[in-house]
Amino acid sequence: MEKKLLLTKLKAIVAPYVQNPKGLERLNEDTNFLRDLEINSANLVDVALDVEDEFGIEIDNDSMERMLTVKASIEVIEAKLAAK
Amino acid sequence: MKKRVVVTGLGVVAPNGINVNEFSEAIQQGVSGIQKINALSELNFSCQIAGLPIYKKEYLNNYFTSIEQRGLQASGLEYGVIAGMDAWRDAGLEVAQDGDPLWHAGVIFGTGILGTEKFREAIYKVDDGKVRRLGSTTVTQTMASGISAFLGGKIGCGNRVTTNSSACTTGTEAVMMAVEHIQRGNAEVMLAGSTSDSGPYVWGGFDAMRILPYEYNETPKQASRPMSADASGFVPGSGAGALVVESLEHALARGATIYAEIIGGAVNSGGQRQGGSMTAPNSIAVQRCIKEALIDADINADQIDAINGHLTATTKDPEEIRNWSEALERSGEDFPLINSVKSMTGHCLAASGSIECVATVLQLKEDFIFGNINCEQPHHEILKLIDTTQIPKKTQYQKSQIIAKASFGFGDVNACIIFKKYNR
Repeated sequence: MEKKLLLTKLKAIVAPYVQNPKGLERLNEDTNFLRDLEINSANLVDVALDVEDEFGIEIDNDSMERMLTVKASIEVIEAKLAAK
Repeated sequence: MKKRVVVTGLGVVAPNGINVNEFSEAIQQGVSGIQKINALSELNFSCQIAGLPIYKKEYLNNYFTSIEQRGLQASGLEYGVIAGMDAWRDAGLEVAQDGDPLWHAGVIFGTGILGTEKFREAIYKVDDGKVRRLGSTTVTQTMASGISAFLGGKIGCGNRVTTNSSACTTGTEAVMMAVEHIQRGNAEVMLAGSTSDSGPYVWGGFDAMRILPYEYNETPKQASRPMSADASGFVPGSGAGALVVESLEHALARGATIYAEIIGGAVNSGGQRQGGSMTAPNSIAVQRCIKEALIDADINADQIDAINGHLTATTKDPEEIRNWSEALERSGEDFPLINSVKSMTGHCLAASGSIECVATVLQLKEDFIFGNINCEQPHHEILKLIDTTQIPKKTQYQKSQIIAKASFGFGDVNACIIFKKYNR
């Protein structure tokens, strides 16, 4: 999947959990979910579940723990998609 | 010297009205909120009717963020947050902004069980080996204190935030706990109330006990018949009630509108002795609770203008009337006017006490005693004790000074509160 499309999809997934809309406007690979988007840490698990549903993948616990930034999340998604 | 405590805000989500104005109008007009529930018929319930608050999903936008509404399957949480936040706003109180929480404000908001639909979903997923798919809100929607936690967070309370649970006494007990907390000087303002989920998983156990009426599935509005000769069981209900309870000095200092004063009350248990059991009251304890409330309020029994009873429409109603009559030593035409909200809402279980405390305060504030519906012919055992004129069938518009409210619950627990018109 093209990275730009992946980024667009990820942005749509995290959007409902974002508490800092400015951070969402400026979303890029370096964006940190907690620091820049002010997503409640408890909601990170919901983001991961929504990613699973969107891409038809299963994210193991280790991968889920890494999904704190856009960059890391895209890496996880690409790896899981490749392994499908 | 105990601090004086007053009520300055009300909120309610009831089967016959989803806000205070609607509810007040409904109880004055005798509007029943009981309806046929198709899900109950499909599930082979004997009693296929219930009291259910009705509102559109979009109504929740006024109370919950979009993220809070994702996967929200806890009707009791919805009712409780709506009623609680309505009461807070009604009292003219603000929520905490950034910085310190409101150290002098707390929440005591009870429930019997919370988030049964969410719990059902979780059980299916867990049994299916998919625990990892539960998401982040299974805990907060199903923990009993989810309701006080939501309210405490939305308001920003820094005082005691907790959930009590004592079956059908829960709501009245919550109000009394808040009163005591303020009387001791531990807080200035408490949001007190209770909530109860709707749905088959809450009501099913009662249906199984065969204590719900099954003859009114096609005539639901006639089903709830407290004090009536042909009462045949309580109609299950749901909803939430909330009261902002505040020290008089705090209310006066901020220029709040005072709806009523709470001058005393009592909470006790019959110990499941002397005829009391898990499901039946020890009448000696009930009478003791009423008498202790009078002592705590420092009033005589003859000062009571009206009683808002527990009166569920089971065979226990005559016994309740006898307990009031003996505790107050009043009978016949001398007995206070008595009414039951449940004739119009059904028995809202853990929420009943708080919804009925709201009704009691409304009667003092708006100068009426609402009429009982479905009680054209009171039970003969009741008429041996009190005169039929003391069971109003139509709303009477009159000023009252003091109204007693009691609730009784499984586990043989009792609570009685004495409300008084606020006189400067």
